[in-house]
Amino acid sequence: MSLAVEAPARPLLTGQRLAILALLALAFLGVPAFASPWTIEAILLPFLALSLAGLGLNLLTGYAGQVSLGSAAFMAVGAYAAFNIQLRLGLPLPLTFLFASTTAAAVGVIFGLPSLRLKGFYLAVSTLAAQFFLQWLFNKFGWFSNYSASGVISAPVLGFAGITFDSRESRYLLALTTVTLITIFVHRLVNGPARINLIAVRDNETAAKVIGVPVLRTKLAAFALSSAIIGIAGVLWSFTYLRTIEPEGFNLDRSFQILFIAIIGGLATLRGAFLGAGLIVVFPLLLSRGSAWIFDGGLDAGSVQLTQRIVLGATIVTFLILEPNGLSSILDRVTARVRSLMGRT
Amino acid sequence: MDWYEFLFVIEVAVGGLLSGVMYSLVAIGFVLIYKTSGVLNFAQGAMVLFAALTFVSLVERGVPFALALVITLLIMGLLGLAIERTVLRPLANRSPMTLFMATLGLAWVIEGGAQLIWGTQVHALDLGISNAPFEIGGIFISNFDLVAAALALALVVVLTSFFRFTRTGLSFRAVADDTFAAIAIGLKLNRIQAAVWTAAGVVALVAGLLWGARLGVQFSLSLVVLKALPVLVLGGFDSVPGAIVAGLIIGASEKLAEVYLGPYVGGGIEGWFAYVVALAVLLIRPQGLFGRKITERF
Repeated sequence: MSLAVEAPARPLLTGQRLAILALLALAFLGVPAFASPWTIEAILLPFLALSLAGLGLNLLTGYAGQVSLGSAAFMAVGAYAAFNIQLRLGLPLPLTFLFASTTAAAVGVIFGLPSLRLKGFYLAVSTLAAQFFLQWLFNKFGWFSNYSASGVISAPVLGFAGITFDSRESRYLLALTTVTLITIFVHRLVNGPARINLIAVRDNETAAKVIGVPVLRTKLAAFALSSAIIGIAGVLWSFTYLRTIEPEGFNLDRSFQILFIAIIGGLATLRGAFLGAGLIVVFPLLLSRGSAWIFDGGLDAGSVQLTQRIVLGATIVTFLILEPNGLSSILDRVTARVRSLMGRT
Repeated sequence: MDWYEFLFVIEVAVGGLLSGVMYSLVAIGFVLIYKTSGVLNFAQGAMVLFAALTFVSLVERGVPFALALVITLLIMGLLGLAIERTVLRPLANRSPMTLFMATLGLAWVIEGGAQLIWGTQVHALDLGISNAPFEIGGIFISNFDLVAAALALALVVVLTSFFRFTRTGLSFRAVADDTFAAIAIGLKLNRIQAAVWTAAGVVALVAGLLWGARLGVQFSLSLVVLKALPVLVLGGFDSVPGAIVAGLIIGASEKLAEVYLGPYVGGGIEGWFAYVVALAVLLIRPQGLFGRKITERF
């Protein structure tokens, strides 16, 4: 009976820890000082929000083994909860985040209930119920968007303790701080005692039940926590990146995008979410730059968009064929290679 | 409830049953592939779009109806072979989730390709079936829906007899029953999978023509998969009769809910109602309607 199918968390190597610290220093100090507005607006802000969503889904799918196709709906729940609590009660920022994540968690538990009886694709398809129902709900009932005529609402500026997060850099720092704190929390969680429960449920439910893992509770807790994190990602997405909230932005395509991030990045790894989100954000930008350069206006915008869709789809298939364990394992190989080269000299 | 109200309920239910058959039609394409490859093929909707778009574009360019049908069939067969060779074979023995993601990527490629080749405009498709409703005992039934349902049933009969009476069908059932045993006795898994993907392409063509005649041939045709998924959950991913019965249940309950529940919540419930029906039934009967008798749905 081997519960720890994966190797237990490696002791933090000083090298790895140093690399992470350097990366954080760069992100907190270097980026606001030197990055261009375009880099922050078009790359870093969506990257942060999607990484967090990928992290949340990875907790559910990668660690607990429950597949969800409704992630975007939970982003929407977080965004609308934050909008309404700001609008109606004007709670301070930390409480807004708390409320958004709690609401998303509660909704997540409700739509996670089928997981108690359904597995695999049956569960995946039934999470689509969340996707379609919640999107319909936010579209249909004007109360959620404060009876805005177009259904698209502009997100109010967040502020806390005299600071308003209005400028580009401050929004970036808010998103970065939130993502960092949540990542540390998830890191501690998945390397703590809960790890055994999650992975036992993922790998063999019957065996998990036999050795006394509370299977039902673990599943629902995974749904709650994952939805809470994805809800926060929704808040970041609409308050720091887009600064508007609309149901259409949280459609099925977004849910698939988040699933791609989790799988392409590498399931059951934390850095996978960041690597996957980086690819998903940067690749389309590169594609549109590249196609603009190659065709130079020779193709109409519609064809360029279709070509991009084809290339993106083909890339995903190729990637799944060539690298089953995701970007994370490429990074592993690269670091191992670098280390052995350095050891040799 | 007076007599006319009762007739109206029946009329709504019959209309729902008939459109449920259309859902089943899409679902059967999924079932075929799931049974042999264990893949939930999300690209089935893209295949429906591709088939309908190819056919309608050929007809618009002056190709006679029957010839266009044959050419489209050939193209769908080639597409099936190409998918087996380029996507399924390299991904053999990977987790079902990986395969699912691959079919999602594949769906983008097929959708994009179909529209890049044939254009993005909406095409009207006329199959020459009259859409005029006719009356039976006070109930109006759409002629088109009835013909579509008959065609769907004919397709099921053809498929069932193919699997029951031909050699390829026999090996298909062997693979579906036990893949390892089938390989062990020397069946060519690759060839069978190619045949099944081709069959799924044929189903996609029939579904594409019928749905296309109803909705117009355009991008949104590929979204019919979202109608087929709750049917699959309810009927079981691996059961053709399940797909049909579940299609009927979901079609009828959806139409009834639209008429009697819709007005109270502002309409537009058809996007999610089917999923709720499927979940409600599974909550009471977790083994689903058909498929293997297991206590939990894997």
